[in-house]
Amino acid sequence: MANPDQASSAGEWALHGGESHLRQVLEAGHFAVTAELNAPDSADAEDVYANVAELGDVCDGINATDGSGANCHMSSVACCALMARAGYEPVLQMGCRDRNRIAIQGDLLGAAALGVRNVLCLTGDDVSAGDQPEARRVFDFDALHLLRTAQIMRDQGVLLSGRKLTTPPEFFLGAAANPFVPPQDLRHLRLAKKIEAGAQFIQTQYCYDVPIFEAFMRRARDMGLHEKVYLLVGVGPLRSERAAEFMRSRVPGVHIPDAVVDRLAKTPRKGKREEGIRICVEIIEEVKQIEGVHGVHIMAYRQEETVPEIVERAGILREKPKE
Amino acid sequence: MSSFAESKRMPGSEWFKNRPRSLEGVYAGSKSVLQLLYPVLKRILPARFTERVFVWSEEVTKGYLFNCQMCGQCILHSTGMTCPMNCPKNLRNGPCGGVRQNGHCEVIPEMPCVWVQAWQRDAQMGRYGGEIQLLQPPVNRALQNSSAWLNQLEGVDAQRPSGWSTIELE
Ligand code: SF4
Repeated sequence: MANPDQASSAGEWALHGGESHLRQVLEAGHFAVTAELNAPDSADAEDVYANVAELGDVCDGINATDGSGANCHMSSVACCALMARAGYEPVLQMGCRDRNRIAIQGDLLGAAALGVRNVLCLTGDDVSAGDQPEARRVFDFDALHLLRTAQIMRDQGVLLSGRKLTTPPEFFLGAAANPFVPPQDLRHLRLAKKIEAGAQFIQTQYCYDVPIFEAFMRRARDMGLHEKVYLLVGVGPLRSERAAEFMRSRVPGVHIPDAVVDRLAKTPRKGKREEGIRICVEIIEEVKQIEGVHGVHIMAYRQEETVPEIVERAGILREKPKE
Repeated sequence: MSSFAESKRMPGSEWFKNRPRSLEGVYAGSKSVLQLLYPVLKRILPARFTERVFVWSEEVTKGYLFNCQMCGQCILHSTGMTCPMNCPKNLRNGPCGGVRQNGHCEVIPEMPCVWVQAWQRDAQMGRYGGEIQLLQPPVNRALQNSSAWLNQLEGVDAQRPSGWSTIELE
C-alpha cells in the first residue's frame, strides 16, 4: 500500500485511475465484502486513515457516507479521494439531500478525477433525522435521476445539459435497496427501476430479518433481476439491545425484529458484544446461501475493529493477490 | 398537525383518490375534451387570460383532490393518481428507504407515505396501470406554478434536458 504522504503527484494518482477493483472482484465471481467508513468529524486526513486501517485488508471496497443520518461529517468526496490516494478502493456515497443537479454533476466529475470509480447513488436521509434539522432539504433529483445522470455522463460523455465532456468519467454505478420497509411486497419493483436507471451493483439496508429478505430475493429472481445486478447485503453487529432500540426507532429505514432485540437483552452484559457479532456472522452465513447474493456490506458504526473478525468467522475472507 | 404543505388533505379528497379507476377515466376524458377545444380557445382568447384561467382551475380542482403543488408537469396518471410532489423529498420514481413500519412517511410521521399509496392505487388502475414503473425524468423546476394542462397541450412538459433525451432515443 502506498504511503499517503508520498502519493501526491498527479502521476501516482493516475495509478488508481484504472477500472473499478470492486467490479473486477464481482465479475470474477468472488463473494465481495465492502464496509462502511466512519467519516471523521475532523479536518485531518490522518483521522480517515486511522478509521480505514481496520477495514483495508479484508474489504474489496470501502464506502464513504454522505452525511448519513443527516449529520455532518467530512465530505464523502474528500474521504474517497484520501482513500484512493492511499491505495484503498473507495465507494462514493452520493445523496440528493444536500446538492442540486449542478453540484451533483460537478462532484461526480471531481470524484472521478480524484480516482473514484464506484458511486452509490442515494436519495438520502431527511434533514429531520440529524442534528441540524433546521437545514434546507434540496432533493432537486431523486436517486434514479442521479443514477441515470451518472450513466449519461459516462456512456454519452455529456452533462445533462448536453454539453460535451472532454474526458467522461469511468463509473461502476450502485444504488441502495431497502427490502425491509413497506411496501415490502413491491420493493423488488423499485429495484427493477433502479437497474433500468443504470444500477450495476446494490448495497442493501441492514438485514436483520432474513425471511423478509428471502421473500424479496424470490420476487427479484422471478423478474430475473439477480442476473442483471450484483447484490451486496447490508449487515452489522449490534452492540446491545439498547443500540438496537435506538437504531430501529431513530435511524430511518432500519427494521430489527423483536427476536433479535430479545436475544441481546437476554445475554449477560459482558457477552452482549460477542452476541452481536455472532448474530451478524449467522446472518451472513444465511444470506450467503441465497441465490442472487454476491456479497455483503458491513456497516459497523464505531466498531470498525470488529469487521476483520466478522469476515473471518463468517468464512468469507479471501486471499488478496499482492498488488 | 404538521406544518408541511405536502401533508395537507382536504376533507373527502382521500375518498376520491381511493377510486383511482374513476379518476383516471375523468383524466382521460378531460384530456380529450381539452385537446379538441384548445386550438379554438387559443385563437379567441388572449394567452395571458387562458393561462390564468387554467392555473386557477388547476389550483381549485387538483388542489382539492390531490393537494397539487403546481409543479407544472403533471404525471398523476402515471403515479396511481397520487401526487408525487406531496412526497417531502419530491421523489418522482418511487418510495425512499425511510418509510416507517406503519407505512407512514419518514419526514412527516402522521402522513401515509405518498408512494405506498401510489403503488397500491396504480395496481387498481386499468388504462394507465403499470405506468408507475416508467422512469420519470428530473423535475423542470422552471415550470413551478405554471399550468400543467397548458404545458401538456403545448408539449412543454414533455421536453427533456438534452443529455437525458439522448439516452431515451436509443
Ligand atoms: S417516506 Fe414516502 S412520502 Fe416520505 S419521503 Fe419517503 S417516499 Fe416520500
